[in-house]
Amino acid sequence: MSEIPEDLRYTKEHEWVRLEGERAVVGITDHAQNELTDVVYVELPSVGDGFAEGQEFAVVESVKAASEIYAPVSGTVAEVNKELDDRPELVNDSPYEAGWLVIFDLKEKAKGLLTAGEYRDLVGG
Amino acid sequence: MTFRQARNDEPLLIELPQEVDGTIGPSARVPEDLRRTELGIPNLEEFQVARHFTRLSQMNYGTDSGFYPLGSCTMKYNPKYAESLAASPKARRLHPQQPEETVQGALQILFELQEMLARVAGMDEVSLQPVAGAQGELTGLLMARAYFEERGEDRSEVVLPDTAHGTNFASATMAGYDVVEIPSKEGVVDLGALEGAVSERTAAFMLTNPNTLGIFESEALTIAKLVHAQGALLYYDGANLNAILGKTNPGKMDFDLAHFNLHKTFSTPHGGGGPGAGPVGAHGPLTEFLPLPLAAYDGVRYRLDYDRPKSIGKVRAFYGNFGVLLRAYAYITRMGADGLLRVTERAVLHTNYLRARVEEYLPVPFGGLRKHEFVASAAPLREKGVRAIDVAKRLIDYGIHPPTIYFPDLVDEALMIEPTESVTQEGLDAFVDAIALIKEEDPDRLRAAPQNAAVARVDEVSAAKRPILSWRMMDR
Repeated sequence: MSEIPEDLRYTKEHEWVRLEGERAVVGITDHAQNELTDVVYVELPSVGDGFAEGQEFAVVESVKAASEIYAPVSGTVAEVNKELDDRPELVNDSPYEAGWLVIFDLKEKAKGLLTAGEYRDLVGG
Repeated sequence: MTFRQARNDEPLLIELPQEVDGTIGPSARVPEDLRRTELGIPNLEEFQVARHFTRLSQMNYGTDSGFYPLGSCTMKYNPKYAESLAASPKARRLHPQQPEETVQGALQILFELQEMLARVAGMDEVSLQPVAGAQGELTGLLMARAYFEERGEDRSEVVLPDTAHGTNFASATMAGYDVVEIPSKEGVVDLGALEGAVSERTAAFMLTNPNTLGIFESEALTIAKLVHAQGALLYYDGANLNAILGKTNPGKMDFDLAHFNLHKTFSTPHGGGGPGAGPVGAHGPLTEFLPLPLAAYDGVRYRLDYDRPKSIGKVRAFYGNFGVLLRAYAYITRMGADGLLRVTERAVLHTNYLRARVEEYLPVPFGGLRKHEFVASAAPLREKGVRAIDVAKRLIDYGIHPPTIYFPDLVDEALMIEPTESVTQEGLDAFVDAIALIKEEDPDRLRAAPQNAAVARVDEVSAAKRPILSWRMMDR
């Protein structure tokens, strides 16, 4: 049902990670945005903030609920998606591209992430 | 029954024809240079105003209009005898700064209401000061903070189950505590998770019983033992008190603090965000920390007691919302202990009848009997692209107020249904008939609902992103 690109890594909390060398682009999955329904506000961290894996780093608010987003990797925020300030709906329209949330500079090698196949088994997509 | 709500294209008061002459001139004592000729407020005849608000009221839906099974909110009927008492000049013309000897009757009402609520809840004393359920929660937690400060104990956490109302998380945070959330097990508190979470850092565990799934936490006494073993307090969120009146109470379940939502259990109006009343009860040494003043009686005279040195102080100007307290007093005295017991029995019977019948059409996760409410799931309709919100909006077309949706979030596509005692069997059956029809209806029709209401589907995204909070913000 929901889209799960093969080249990404995933978490049980429905975040996706695109590993690019020392960096990791992070967002929420198609399944997650579909569950949340229309996103109206995204609260993002500041560039330079450090997070340990599993720590809350953002909040995505939809018409249905406000959901904490947990860091899938340990690292420092290198970039945030400023576009989401004015257009939070990008998280719905393009969860894996224009709707990305944050880019982390990795502190250590990412571990414990799921493959597309493992994530598909989890959400039954 | 066909339901058709009025759909008036009603202008704002400021947009109505303003043809009244300014007949009231400024007082001669107002200096010329301080006088204004334009006030920027509507200038209308009484009949224009009366008609305006009557037309608006025809587009409204309340507990006087029909079935209102809004889960968690206990939208029971508000009896008219309580309204007429509160509207009487004897109540309305009281002034909060009148000398005590001139308001003995009002003080007697406050004192007796404190006593009656304490008895209902099994608490030692009650303060009527807080003016909302959430303020009651905050007050209770501030009392817990003062209690531990006096004992020299440094406790920084409040533990909450994942079925807790959102206000519990907010109140704990407002009171300066860190929140520790524990998962449920089969819809009730997981005792193992609770034992693991409660420690010498815990100030309180807040519990709503029955919980937001409508399930009675039958291990309440074990929970109390676990919490008290760590020296922590047990807080009763009174949001669902309507389910246990006269059957059991927070005191019997070893709770230390409890709040009441008078607008739920005791039938005072919910009133669009206020005025409300959220009295707080306390047990044992915690009573010393109750907010001021309490109404007191020495056998001859009623007075306001401010002589409580350990009190957390005032949480509200004057004495709470007297008009609301008076309505609750009228309701309790009119019902009596027997009547309140029957309220609960009827509310619980309605819930279980409705649960059993709704289950013919939609799953109700976590089996078994319920107290005052149950949570059904609209998840089976997702395969045809229909979600809980579409079911809720379509119910409006059948003349039924929608249930609460998407809460608690441990049920997928949740429909939280609380019939209360204020409904006939015919009303309950009409709800089931509507659910049966909706389940078979064309998805496009459901997504376009409501059609028969004053206002069609609201654009919730725009409402959240660009709220229009007053007519001044409105761009027509």
